[in-house]
Amino acid sequence: MRYAAKKLFTLIITLFIVSLLAFLAFQIIPGDPTTAMLGTQATPEARAELQAELGLDRPVPVRYWDWLTSFLTGDFGESYSYRLPVAGLLGEKLAITGVLILMAFLFTIVLSIPLGILAGSIRNPVLDKLMTALDQVVMSVPSFFLGILTCYLFGTLLRVFVPGDFVSYTQDWGAFLSYLILPALSIALPRVAMTVKMLRGSILEQLGEDYVRTARSRGLPRGEILRRHVLKNALLPVITFLAVSAAEIMTSSIIVEQVFTIPGVGRLLLSSISNRDFPVVQAIVVILAAWIVVVNLVADVLYQLADPRIRLR
Amino acid sequence: MAELLSVRDLRVRFHRAPPGRYAVDGVSFSLEEGEILGLVGESGSGKTVTAMTVSGLLPRRQTQVSGSVILAGREILGSSEAQLRALQGSDLAVVFQEPMTSLNPVLRIGPQVEESLRFHTRLSAGERRQRALEAMAQAELPDPEALYRKYPHELSGGMLQRVMIAAAIVSRPKLLLADEPTTALDVTIQAQILALLKKLSLENHMAILFISHDLNVVRRLCRRVAVMQRGRLVETGTAEELFRAPREDYTRQLIAAIPTRERRLDV
Repeated sequence: MRYAAKKLFTLIITLFIVSLLAFLAFQIIPGDPTTAMLGTQATPEARAELQAELGLDRPVPVRYWDWLTSFLTGDFGESYSYRLPVAGLLGEKLAITGVLILMAFLFTIVLSIPLGILAGSIRNPVLDKLMTALDQVVMSVPSFFLGILTCYLFGTLLRVFVPGDFVSYTQDWGAFLSYLILPALSIALPRVAMTVKMLRGSILEQLGEDYVRTARSRGLPRGEILRRHVLKNALLPVITFLAVSAAEIMTSSIIVEQVFTIPGVGRLLLSSISNRDFPVVQAIVVILAAWIVVVNLVADVLYQLADPRIRLR
Repeated sequence: MAELLSVRDLRVRFHRAPPGRYAVDGVSFSLEEGEILGLVGESGSGKTVTAMTVSGLLPRRQTQVSGSVILAGREILGSSEAQLRALQGSDLAVVFQEPMTSLNPVLRIGPQVEESLRFHTRLSAGERRQRALEAMAQAELPDPEALYRKYPHELSGGMLQRVMIAAAIVSRPKLLLADEPTTALDVTIQAQILALLKKLSLENHMAILFISHDLNVVRRLCRRVAVMQRGRLVETGTAEELFRAPREDYTRQLIAAIPTRERRLDV
């Protein structure tokens, strides 16, 4: 219980610091929302008036405190450029991106663990080299380029997928999910390749450990040694690695959404940054940070369940 | 007494080694049922390679082996991997030097102790557990029931070596290969482990091939001792003979290397 309390405390502190940093970043970068809204030709008087209306004329700490207290009560503020409540603006987009990220993460786990075990247990040197080379290629292709390739392959050549024909979950869950498969794969594949490489290395390393020799001295067949002894040890570092991947999946989803014209958070985030639409950016940043922190928390708990040497304290 | 292990003209060469260099170069010895034989030599003398060949743990792809190793009437060098596996963990068991790393850190003690039964017998889970607890008690581990559920990191090095010994004797092997089992332990624990091995050899009528660089340790445990140097067996005899009248210079040097009250080694 003390452990849970400690973790929760860290989670809150992390989110607080992230929100503060995002806020400060906006004070430092040049440009101001009123210029974006009124154009460069606006008179100084009109700009000052708008600034007062948005509350931008108040000192920085006051504005941050204001934002923080309303955020904690569930009020995400109002977008400068759309003049709409941020919560309403984000709602559907956030759900779309959330599903995309979860799907990509799921693909990463489901594909990389069996493939990694396969790569780690291949004994044929030619097959091993071939697999390593293929792995290296997939790893080095960026997600957005994979997205373009899949659009071309499945859209233009095979004609089984229509890029841009996005259907939101509010209309049809099935069509929504099937549209997301290719973007999620584009995001996942480089991550899969990295995790496979990592797991392969981890298995090979564990195979050289003394306890494997002990297992061999008991007459265990190779498959049993892998399954009973090596796998659990080899998967330990992969848990941490997958948690790091969760952050990368999130960042590449922002770009892949552009390639597949998915109306998710990514596009809104990019336009809001260029419009200096602070309330929107701030809300997205905190939500994305929360995802990372929660994934890492889950990874921590899983790690402790898997490794008896590090038990909950 | 019947002969249990017979090693004849054993030669082992690693493929990477320069031509003509043998890790084990024409070694012959034999072991009777229930006998404890000490195999002594400095590091690199080939004693561990000899033991690994006997236990079938030598990597086959990297080595070239000739000669003959017959354990309980079966030739080890010519057998298939499956035949070898049937022997390992039943008639033959090994205790290694490093108890801290020789156990799997993420598995509980109990399942590791009874593991060889799982693969070599048709005993039920309950029966295996019973046999594991008996072996742990025989290895003089306190409170086997509690230890059964513990993880390796919760135990000291001396305790872990007892666990390794329990895991080795659980299948009631005819031959135990002990590769420097006391080297990583401190002196008082060393003496206890040696006494334990001696007791187990008597109680279970189990032969032990005890490998060590330490003549003093070997003298306490073994009646018969074989001395190895650069892959060859240079001298064999009873421990007493060797100490009283070593025939080989090398044995004399090994004896001289033992620190005594009068003649401490400067380290």
